[in-house]
Amino acid sequence: MSYELIGITVLWLFLYGYVIVASIDFGAGFFSYYGKVTGKGEVINQVINRYLSPVWEVTNVFLIFFLVGIVGFFPDTAYYFGTALLVPGSIALILLAIRGSFYAFHHYGSKPNTFYEFLYGTTGLLIPASLATILTISEGGFIEKKGNEVVLLMDTLLKSPYSWSVVLLALVSVLFISASFLTYYAHKAEDYEAERVLHKWALGWSLPTIFASFLVFVAMSDHNMQHFTSMLDNSWMFVVSMGFFTLAVYLLMVRKYYGWMFLSVLLQFGFAFFGYGKSHLPYILYPYITVQGSVNNPVMAQALIWAFIGGLSLLVPSLLLLMKLFLFDAKYVKGR
Amino acid sequence: MEFDTFMQSRILTGLTLGFHIIFATIGVGVPVMIMIAEWMGIRKNDPHYRLLARRWARGFTVTVAVGVVTGTAIGMQLSLLWPSFMQLAGQVIALPLFMETFAFFFEAIFLGIYLYTWDRFKKPIYHCLLVIPVVIGSSASAFFITTVNAFMNTPQGFKLENGVITGIEPLKAMFNPATPTKVAHVLSSAYLTSAFVLAAITAWFILRGSRSDYYQKALRLTMTWSLVFAIATAVIGDLSGKFLAEYQPEKLAAAEWHFETEKQADLILGGVLDKETLEVKGELRIPMALSILAGSHPDTEVTGLNEFPRDLWPPLYVHYLFDLMVGIGMYLAAVAGLFVLVRIWKKKHEWNPWLLRLIVLGGPLSMLAIELGWIFTEVGRQPWILRGFMRTDEGVTTSANVGQMLVLFSGLYAVLGIVCTVVLIRMFRKNPPEKEMGKRGIEGGGQHVV
Repeated sequence: MSYELIGITVLWLFLYGYVIVASIDFGAGFFSYYGKVTGKGEVINQVINRYLSPVWEVTNVFLIFFLVGIVGFFPDTAYYFGTALLVPGSIALILLAIRGSFYAFHHYGSKPNTFYEFLYGTTGLLIPASLATILTISEGGFIEKKGNEVVLLMDTLLKSPYSWSVVLLALVSVLFISASFLTYYAHKAEDYEAERVLHKWALGWSLPTIFASFLVFVAMSDHNMQHFTSMLDNSWMFVVSMGFFTLAVYLLMVRKYYGWMFLSVLLQFGFAFFGYGKSHLPYILYPYITVQGSVNNPVMAQALIWAFIGGLSLLVPSLLLLMKLFLFDAKYVKGR
Repeated sequence: MEFDTFMQSRILTGLTLGFHIIFATIGVGVPVMIMIAEWMGIRKNDPHYRLLARRWARGFTVTVAVGVVTGTAIGMQLSLLWPSFMQLAGQVIALPLFMETFAFFFEAIFLGIYLYTWDRFKKPIYHCLLVIPVVIGSSASAFFITTVNAFMNTPQGFKLENGVITGIEPLKAMFNPATPTKVAHVLSSAYLTSAFVLAAITAWFILRGSRSDYYQKALRLTMTWSLVFAIATAVIGDLSGKFLAEYQPEKLAAAEWHFETEKQADLILGGVLDKETLEVKGELRIPMALSILAGSHPDTEVTGLNEFPRDLWPPLYVHYLFDLMVGIGMYLAAVAGLFVLVRIWKKKHEWNPWLLRLIVLGGPLSMLAIELGWIFTEVGRQPWILRGFMRTDEGVTTSANVGQMLVLFSGLYAVLGIVCTVVLIRMFRKNPPEKEMGKRGIEGGGQHVV
């Protein structure tokens, strides 16, 4: 495997990791606030907090990792995306900043504060939308190069059906992934009341998710034919993804094997995400940046891969320890 | 000065970093103090120290959150505001940037574990050990990110021919001449500042009448370590001077308003500079001290600014920043030294209110010194972004919206700064240590139990 392929695969893996952990986090924040306001979901808050408290910081690092990694492996991306994304990037940053800090203010301050929780719950839905825009832009058609300047065509972006379908998909996926994970977690905590609420939400958000996925497909054929054809060439991955979705919904309906249910959700998004990524290649930013054309010097790429191996051998055991202590520790999960 | 995209980008980057380093400094230094308190608690089997660690850790969590989000902001702003710079430098400094996120990842994981396992292990030593990876992670990320900054000051490990970079040596770029002194100075000053800030908070409470053992132990611990870190910082500061004299003479010369190359050069303290005639008025001159700072010997030749073309001079106001930073460093060392001496020889004066007031003042001053020192080192490298290779104005974005983003981010930092302060003050006021000691059945508690 060539350096650029290893690089982009590793980065894509981290982005996938971010999509999953952040979805759980964003959705949980929103559900928690929604539950508080409507009074309907008050029961779920304990489960949510018990899971989120020790891991919220780690979520953010997945994103930073991806951002630093992509500039490191493919420095040209800094130039194109950096110049074009000043406004959407800054807005995403401000939302992330509000969300991260107000989470801590809310939870570690002297007493919980509803306004803090409002900020942290609602930004959780705006962030996926703003980050999804960056993926949209990578499809091309929204960035123009005029001489030395790289300009983002904001108007085109705001009017594009493709861009809106991606935003929609991001929103409903966040809620679906989060609700299905929390159902599993509540079940493990033997908090059956919370499980009942979350189970309903998970089922409720499953159909919109698959509907939005189709919408993106259709909009893609309209927006970037080259990528769409490439997606058809890899259609088996999307079929497998659909299969896992069906399995997950089935398990939700029969209320059994929630562990397997969540694993199916992971695989559903995994196959779709990697199918999308694979068919996006060789372009990082259509048609300006390809992985081959922008990969860092081979010496640096090699050093990065070594650093990556070293880093992972430190990270994986630590992450396992974290999961063992807070995710798979029956006593902790049950709040004892 | 024109208020164009270039200027706005510089201000926004400075604002983000200036805000971030307050929390980054705490993030690097406080875990060390928590580790020391935990270790004392176990060694002396003293619950006061463990409570100290616990309370510091609780406040620390809030500052970490702000540190993480502002760190994310600066990480992305590098590419958003300086895309051409990142395209070029990213090829050489990707390795330390990448490793910094690993260190940060490591810290984040163990901080989460540490904070949520206080009473979970039967043996307290297990919990105490968990803070070690947090210290390693935070100091390692400071190390890696400082090597990047060091690279911008003394770039090496690559060749630049017609805008194309070749011959990259990642490790040589990382371990450039500025790395040792810069990393050492960043770490020691972060430890010093954190210890002093904690000491200042404790002294404040003692001044307000809290005299229990808990506070006394806290003050002794933080002041003793402040002295250790202050001495280390002073020694490293001296080494940094020697480094500048050799590798970045224009920065040292600007800091010292030293124009003519000469031996037995004087060190200038204070004073006012006439920008036209370059004459200094009202200064205090220490004969030969600059030569000694630059090379340990009065006969060391110190390069003057006149050796450089005028358009490559750093702004000359960096002299004030430099003097203030060094002055505050001396003040901190003197106060910490005084406290330790009084404690040894005149024990009854240990809680002298004037001494305590000096300590309280040292808290904000130490943070100010961090800001001043950092502005000095960044502005002192202008007009370069990559010294000798790329001028700062060549790295800036062509995007037109920096002004609006500057307004947005200023608002964000103002809100974060205010809310964070309010939350921290409330947190400690609502739950004073006496109350917590009472609840946990620790001696000295119960006076204020509600």
